[in-house]
Amino acid sequence: MLEIKNLHVELAEEDKAILKGVNLTVEAGKVHAIMGPNGSGKSTLAYVLSGRPGYEVMEGTATLDGTDLLALEPEERAAAGLFQAFQYPVEIPGVGNMTFLRTAVNAQRKARGQDEMSAADFLKEVRAKAKELKIDADMLKRPVNVGFSGGEKKRNEILQMAMLEPRMCILDETDSGLDVDAMKLVSDGVNALRDEGRGFLVITHYQRLLDHIKPDVVHILADGRIVKSGGPELALEVEHNGYADILAEVA
Amino acid sequence: MTALDHSSQVKEGVDQDTVEAVREVGGVYKHGWSTDIEMEYAPKGLTPDIVRLISEKNEEPEWMTDWRLAAYDRWLTKKEPEWAMIDYPEIDFQDQYYYARPKSMMVKPKSLDEVDPKLLATYEKLGIPLSEQMILAGVEGAEATPAEARKVAVDAVFDSVSIGTTFQEDLKKAGVIFCSISDAIRDHPELVRKYLGTVVPVSDNFYATLNSAVFTDGSFVYVPPGVRCPMELSTYFRINAENTGQFERTLIIADKGSYVSYLEGCTAPKRDVAQLHAAVVEIIVEEDAEVKYSTVQNWYPGDEDGKGGIYNFVTKRADCRGDRSKVMWTQVETGSAVTWKYPSCILRGDDSQGEFYSIAITNHWQQADTGTKMIHLGKDTKSRIVSKGISAGQAQNTYRGLVSMHPKAQNARNYTQCDSLLIGDKCGAHAIPYIEVKNNSARVEHEATASKVDEDQLFYCRSRGMDEEEAVALVVNGFCKDVLQALPMEFAMEAQQLVAISLEGSVG
Repeated sequence: MLEIKNLHVELAEEDKAILKGVNLTVEAGKVHAIMGPNGSGKSTLAYVLSGRPGYEVMEGTATLDGTDLLALEPEERAAAGLFQAFQYPVEIPGVGNMTFLRTAVNAQRKARGQDEMSAADFLKEVRAKAKELKIDADMLKRPVNVGFSGGEKKRNEILQMAMLEPRMCILDETDSGLDVDAMKLVSDGVNALRDEGRGFLVITHYQRLLDHIKPDVVHILADGRIVKSGGPELALEVEHNGYADILAEVA
Repeated sequence: MTALDHSSQVKEGVDQDTVEAVREVGGVYKHGWSTDIEMEYAPKGLTPDIVRLISEKNEEPEWMTDWRLAAYDRWLTKKEPEWAMIDYPEIDFQDQYYYARPKSMMVKPKSLDEVDPKLLATYEKLGIPLSEQMILAGVEGAEATPAEARKVAVDAVFDSVSIGTTFQEDLKKAGVIFCSISDAIRDHPELVRKYLGTVVPVSDNFYATLNSAVFTDGSFVYVPPGVRCPMELSTYFRINAENTGQFERTLIIADKGSYVSYLEGCTAPKRDVAQLHAAVVEIIVEEDAEVKYSTVQNWYPGDEDGKGGIYNFVTKRADCRGDRSKVMWTQVETGSAVTWKYPSCILRGDDSQGEFYSIAITNHWQQADTGTKMIHLGKDTKSRIVSKGISAGQAQNTYRGLVSMHPKAQNARNYTQCDSLLIGDKCGAHAIPYIEVKNNSARVEHEATASKVDEDQLFYCRSRGMDEEEAVALVVNGFCKDVLQALPMEFAMEAQQLVAISLEGSVG
């Protein structure tokens, strides 16, 4: 599904290499986790895939179901089925959360040549999905992420994901800033979306998120390369011993 | 009012209709077409004879003609103001037509049924309802959308003449007078004489003085004591003829304890040569009365290279004469090549209140110097200013506002919020607030921000599937929300669409 080959990326303004040849394949129906020390390039990988400006791809490819992601505008990547839940969701003052969601849903439907969702259908669906994430009516009315707590912002990202029904979901440190209860809510939301046709790339610092969202494969990213891949036990190893042993082992 | 026939709308921000509207126009000014109709012009230029001719065409009494001629003499002594941050080629006031009316209007039609179908079609194409039907207003809220039927009375002004005013009978029953100013001069001279020029004196400023000499049509509203006007009143101004100035004059009187909400819309065809629009609006608000005045100004802004467009020099002022009177100006200024406009409130009555909500959008080469004046004369007077300026392309956008607390304005209060948003790096935003405080009990608060449109916000929207223009429209509509909320519902929707349309081509 998601196929990344030999991806080299620099920060556009600094000529600084961040990713130095990443190879990664996420199959449909699978959850891949990426762990790694600070500064290893985890968030960069997520941003490059979703098309945030400021990064320069020097070499390599990234495709989603064979489509060259790197050649597409961010909105085209979204319409192709890619979704990134951000580590720091942006606030948009004055724009109601519901308006934002509906505009997004209909923009994607339009891009795919589908009819727009009617106001009534949309409302029904958003209410049902919001309820599962314990997002109340007030939060749907408030401006996008404005004054939301850390937990509310992350739940809101998952709500967007649930409404947009992407084929490939990237979660960038979705667990950061979450208390135990919020982490459970968010994880339940993600697990509810697990599906044979859908792939997940879960970026995290900590094993604890992976207790809730059980990965099929765990990768360790260090200094711009995936240095080790394994099963869920690899995350536990990191949890117990830190990255030092693994890095020493592959050095 | 293009959104009138839509029945489902999403609560805030931009919705699909907006986006469609943007796509439909494909980056061009939507109302840029013209009506091919036989016109009758006064000779070019401005002389006492032209002033007399305008007065004669309007079948005015002698006092009105004299009033105009006195204004003309005064105008000859006045100088064009040069303090605003606007730059435009010198206007040749002798190279303009001051009067243009469709030939079919030479004999005034008795009712709208007799009006030239071409003229009616013009308004239909603009989406202005001239038949007396209920307006199906889309009700806000993403919830189920029951269509609420509302009446809006319309006065339609085409170049120099009003072609008709709807719902006059209904209004008459309520005691409300709503007609063109030329009808009012003929039919209600006592009211016109009592109030005309009492808020904006003939000598007020260069453009107001010019307008006093040559004004052609506009609206007249009188709401008698204690009457709540049963429907929204609106005037729709259309400039059609080439090389022709439009000099609208509007006079609104809200007598004691009355209420009226008035809307104004403006469009013009695309022309290569700039055209002049110099309006005067006077509002008199008596004791306990309230007036809401909303404008969606969408005159032709000129093309992407700054060619053509309307020069919009407008004097609008409300006089809150009575105690506890209240006036609220709301303006959405997206059109015109040059805008020079400061709708103001004279807060004379004790406890009177003035509010000014403004969105001014400039794109390409547009220039706007706009704001308000809040003149606090009475005790416990309050004013509130919320201004949102958005600048894109090579445009310049200036907020200029005066808050003046006079010695007798004990405990007067003002709150001003002035926000500017820049899109791109070739445009300018400026805020020039003037504050004069002459008593110690007055309180004035001023908050101002200026920022560039946030790239992270745009990326966030795009990562969810919106294209760049949808993203900008959404973010800017959010930025303007406080002001959009102050508009009557029908206009709020049109305004949202306009925000999106007028920023076409501002990104990428």
